[in-house]
Amino acid sequence: MPKDSGIGTSPKRREDIRFLTGNGKYTDDINLTGQSHAVFARSDVAHGKINHIDISAAETMPGVLAIFTGEDFADVGGNPAGWLINSRDGEPMKEPKRPVLAYGKVRHVGDAYAAVIAETVLQAQDAVEAIKADITELPAIVDMEAALAGGGFVHDEIETNQCFDWGWIEDNRAATDAAIKAAPHVTTLSLVNNRLVPNAMESRASTADYDRGTGDYTLYTTSQNPHLTRLLVCAFVLGIPENKLRVVSPDVGGGFGSKIYHYGEEALVLAAAKKLCRPVKWTASRSESFLTDAHGRDHVTKIELACEKDGTFIAFRTDTMANVGAYLSNFSTVTPTFLHGTLMAGNYTVPNVYVNVKAVFTNTAPVDAYRGAGRPEATYSLERVIDKCARELALDPIELRRKNFIKPDQFPYASAAGLEYDAGNYDALFDKLEGIVDFGGFKARRAESEKGGKLRGLGINSYIEACGIAPSNLVGILGARVGLYDAATVRVNATGNISVMVGAHSHGQGHATVFPQVVSEMLGVEENSIEIVHGDTSKIPFGMGSYGSRSLAVCGSAVVRATEKIINKATKIAAHMLEASESDIDFKDGKFSVSGTDKSVAFGEVAFKAYVPHDYPHDELEPGLEETAFYDPANFTYPSGAYACEVEVDPETGKVTVESFTAVDDFGNVINPMIVTGQVHGGIGQGIGQALLENCTYDENGQLLSASYMDYAMPRASDLPFYTVDHSCVTPCTHNPLGVKGCGEAGAIGSPPTIVNAVVDALHSGGHTHVTHIDMPVSPARVWSAINS
Amino acid sequence: MLNITMKINGKAVSGTVEGRTLLVEFLRNDLHLTGTHVGCDTSQCGACTIHVNGIAVKSCSMFAVEADGASIDTIEGQENTDGSLNKIQQAFQDHHGLQCGFCTPGMVMAAADLLQNTPTPTEAEIRNHLDGNICRCTGYHNIVKAIMAASGQDVSAIAAE
Repeated sequence: MPKDSGIGTSPKRREDIRFLTGNGKYTDDINLTGQSHAVFARSDVAHGKINHIDISAAETMPGVLAIFTGEDFADVGGNPAGWLINSRDGEPMKEPKRPVLAYGKVRHVGDAYAAVIAETVLQAQDAVEAIKADITELPAIVDMEAALAGGGFVHDEIETNQCFDWGWIEDNRAATDAAIKAAPHVTTLSLVNNRLVPNAMESRASTADYDRGTGDYTLYTTSQNPHLTRLLVCAFVLGIPENKLRVVSPDVGGGFGSKIYHYGEEALVLAAAKKLCRPVKWTASRSESFLTDAHGRDHVTKIELACEKDGTFIAFRTDTMANVGAYLSNFSTVTPTFLHGTLMAGNYTVPNVYVNVKAVFTNTAPVDAYRGAGRPEATYSLERVIDKCARELALDPIELRRKNFIKPDQFPYASAAGLEYDAGNYDALFDKLEGIVDFGGFKARRAESEKGGKLRGLGINSYIEACGIAPSNLVGILGARVGLYDAATVRVNATGNISVMVGAHSHGQGHATVFPQVVSEMLGVEENSIEIVHGDTSKIPFGMGSYGSRSLAVCGSAVVRATEKIINKATKIAAHMLEASESDIDFKDGKFSVSGTDKSVAFGEVAFKAYVPHDYPHDELEPGLEETAFYDPANFTYPSGAYACEVEVDPETGKVTVESFTAVDDFGNVINPMIVTGQVHGGIGQGIGQALLENCTYDENGQLLSASYMDYAMPRASDLPFYTVDHSCVTPCTHNPLGVKGCGEAGAIGSPPTIVNAVVDALHSGGHTHVTHIDMPVSPARVWSAINS
Repeated sequence: MLNITMKINGKAVSGTVEGRTLLVEFLRNDLHLTGTHVGCDTSQCGACTIHVNGIAVKSCSMFAVEADGASIDTIEGQENTDGSLNKIQQAFQDHHGLQCGFCTPGMVMAAADLLQNTPTPTEAEIRNHLDGNICRCTGYHNIVKAIMAASGQDVSAIAAE
């Protein structure tokens, strides 16, 4: 009989009720008594020397309570990069200070150099208009190649625009070079991984409160990881003792990476709240979000694939310039390096891999991890060059991939890019894909499209990613400045219901529904009697939050470990209650029983005994039933997938329409199929957005041309099709207790190359064989130009 | 400052606003009806969609004073009289038509407007109608499916959960 609750089922999401009735509680929905409002003065030039900020007129404006400039924060710490990357020559990366407010120079359009606190938002806006900023505009450094050539520096004190020049794996460089030189065939491709704006629908917001009596601060903020924000604010920027700052992140309206990071606005409202002894609130407008949220991707890459004439891969060599923008955001240095370079062997038994990444400062907004974070860049480069190679060698693109796949009996497999893949079956994914997609009927569908004057293309793709971030010992060696464990506390209350406090923080992923499924399965109690507590550092254990598809694989594992501890203690209590030896106690379906007898006690009775410990073995056991576990993963997890799509291209206009899209993923064990499917849908939507629509564009003066929804092409409902999603190919993760891998980013990783491969296929079918590549977004203008070039 | 009166979710309310106060600001800041969200500043995202005199309107595109005397419906008034989810809300939950929930109130209000005028919309009609409502989480699949289901159509053939 199929299960109707617990692991593997799809209960409706409990959090939906409040969201559907207008009762969600997002940061901007919170208003504190006596609150004032912050508005920022932001640079309208990309690069400029600040000569003087005259606030005298603004200070006298109605309602103005305080004005801050960069000078006010000159003596506090900078917002740090979370990973130290060393260059090929062993030199540590350049780490210019990222101040709370700009001083000395402004370095990108939107860089805040002052903030006004006033009684109302409108008064603060009016006062910002009255600030007179004497800023001498300097030539903007926008193009990465030009930035590396020098001539002007984003940060004068480091005298270069290169943050680092990283090689992976440097010891493989000579062998890879030699292998490519000697190879019978080399396919080369130059491509751009287009810059994107994450665009969570809820813009960033922060409200700070300060209690003059106790010296306690509270920060309500839009964060995927409240403890990480607290750590950054306290240990690096403002120096507030950690135990005097409570960070609360209530409902979060999407993040996709952009709400991992600490931003200067959070520090500003905290400092202002203390100065004024009043709450200070700030909510970003969408324009501010475009200008100041950390952007994503922005790689310029040359990749070479060397192979035998039969398609056996010999080597991949990649040269990438990665834009980090004007300042190093918290994950900006690991994203283009370890989250990218270590995946450059893909799903393949290729023996030689070498990756060189130069990270470049420019006068643009900071660039950091965005859904997929490095793995979409790796997958796009690999799978586009493989597709091009298949075409050059006249090989079937699926057969070429299959020929080079790591086979199921080769796991665990040490990849040439330095990772140990624990489990996978890439052929099974393609078998499944071929079972779902009617490849045989493609010819007829193509003919039908051609009758209507359209070209039809079929794109296929495979990917592997590393998530469940991350084993602390390993990332410590690689330069991480934090551990990447997570934590959970399971508190069984006296009346038998359960509170589970977790370090992960949902921003749409349904943790409030999924984590109870796990605990319910283990304890045999109703899911509805289990409540998740998250997003408040005063209530939860120290955890690292949600990103990198880690919530279930890492924090879920902590939940399992804490629940195991609960079962262990409850078993001891039950043994006492049943006057039996602990080893004779069986726990099943929420009941403790003595083996071979009909004597039993229910879980709820044991919980009650723990809190009303009359007749209790106080010399052996503490009262109470509450356990905490920290879980540090032994390895990354490695989801993989096989994707296919069909597109129609109108050769007259260049417009691309996605006709069908199929995603077959191996996520290991699946706890809630409904939510996993939804995560894949969302990832595909963003991936198709990157492939066809979205482009964050700066002009040569560093002005952001795509700074609103009228200029930045967000995918709308009419741009996207229904998707077919399957996750029935399962190779469980071998090293975490649930056997789960993570599913949040897969769709965004697997879909862009699938689409572009399909577009190139369509153009070739129309005789436009000179088109070997079109950069994303594959817009009508670009397709039309490619056809007619 | 101007005095305004309107009916919101069937209840008479009044307030005093500046001429430049947007209707969405009046709803959120003065009346604390925070279910109506603000996702952009160019009237593109649709998170602030409400009904004014029975028609879907982006409440960031109207001044509060323009709504003086109007009858307004927001997400807070959409449940059935017994407090249960209405058929659109229920379909969104049943078909996982929301993730972070931020665009959801606007989506529900836009869907209600569609079904009022087009009781059995096609997939294309739904997608076109949602042109002014942006969702970043779902890829729209389950939103479109939920609206089809809410209109009484059989969605069992549409892929996935």
